[in-house]
Amino acid sequence: MQSDASGADYKQYMCLICGFIYDEAKGRPEEGIPPGTRWEDVPIYWVCPDCGAMKDDFEMVEM
Amino acid sequence: MENVVIIGSGLAGYTLARELRKLAPDLPVRLLTRDDGTSYSKPMLSNALAKGKTAQSLAMASAEQMVGQLNMTITTHTAVTAIDTQAHRVVTAMEEIPYGNLVLAVGAEPVRPPLEGDAAGAVLSVNNLADYAVFRAALDEARHVAIIGPGLIGCEFANDLIAAGKQVTVIGPGKAPLDRLAPAPVGVSVQAALAKLGVEWRLGVTAARVDHHAGAYQVGLSDGGAVRADCVLSAVGLRPNLTLAKAAGLNTGRGIVVDRHLQSSAPDVYALGDCAEVAGLVLPFVMPIMHAARALAQTLAGTPTVLTYPAMPVVVKTPACPLVVSPPAVGAEGHWQIEHIEEGGVRALYRGGDGRVLGFALSGIAAAERQAWSKDLPPVLA
Repeated sequence: MQSDASGADYKQYMCLICGFIYDEAKGRPEEGIPPGTRWEDVPIYWVCPDCGAMKDDFEMVEM
Repeated sequence: MENVVIIGSGLAGYTLARELRKLAPDLPVRLLTRDDGTSYSKPMLSNALAKGKTAQSLAMASAEQMVGQLNMTITTHTAVTAIDTQAHRVVTAMEEIPYGNLVLAVGAEPVRPPLEGDAAGAVLSVNNLADYAVFRAALDEARHVAIIGPGLIGCEFANDLIAAGKQVTVIGPGKAPLDRLAPAPVGVSVQAALAKLGVEWRLGVTAARVDHHAGAYQVGLSDGGAVRADCVLSAVGLRPNLTLAKAAGLNTGRGIVVDRHLQSSAPDVYALGDCAEVAGLVLPFVMPIMHAARALAQTLAGTPTVLTYPAMPVVVKTPACPLVVSPPAVGAEGHWQIEHIEEGGVRALYRGGDGRVLGFALSGIAAAERQAWSKDLPPVLA
């Protein structure tokens, strides 16, 4: 588990509809979300790239 | 704002209810469903074994929990017997329910081609969580599963089952699997990867009959061959549920025909999800449901919103050979350009006359190129 300057560990969030994983450490550069972007900082209009589900369809995954 | 009645508690019904509740917290919403109203994700059914999930653990929320989350009324185990579009009422065995706006999110039924044989009735299909529970119970004692239908669901189940240690045979008519979604070389690459894990393929044949045989089943094939199995799963496609719509006199084609506002031929009656046909398109996938639910929620909350679909590549969950497909539009003019990749995979691009990429099917290593090729795909519904 990598951590950033603030030392808080990066988390992962899973789409409950299709299983896609958003990893804070990696972000989604292809969608303009740089690595290290915290889940709460991911824009509200962002949707799951695999199935289009909204952020509220995601759940933090305990690693 | 008038009350909204939604029929159906699948992804379409519940996603619409949730999006509507965000926009209109006080709008009376009532959802009717013929099953128990459990909220779950259908795509998660076909890789549940690999994730150690059971039918029960796939349930995300009960109907009661959904009532709490969405502040709405949910009536379970209730079949709607008729819709009176004149009087704006929905009829069930217990009551008649007036609606300001009615939404049909009634989904689709598995296509069941006719099968001869004394065990045809034992053939299972999985299109909801209840079906999946029956399938998993049958799997407990089954060593060998025969899957009729080498499409998306058939291949995803084959991968999940073989990885869980079952013997798997996939039966299908085409030259290659997934022939509705991808050109043959791509289907063959998935077939080869699954074969390497032990999946047996019987292609170019159809299942003609299923009989009891020596304590198991025997699937008789159109070429005279046979497949022995302890469990037979049919996954040959879905057909939109039109019974209710037809009885109510709504215009139907392959699905319930709706306009770009998802309104049917009857005023104040809408449809979305696997049952709906929008601009001639019946798209039984999750991404279209998400777009339709958001657009329809806006409309029902008072802001008429036209449905548009961007390019919507479909991820096929076959870990043995990852696959992402974006079939070219029906009637698109162009040809497939197939490239085999050394390290394993096929990059199939459908190019129009001007060379523009109108569709693709990317397997194995090529699946990672999806973002790059998606950029200039045309929207499915501009």
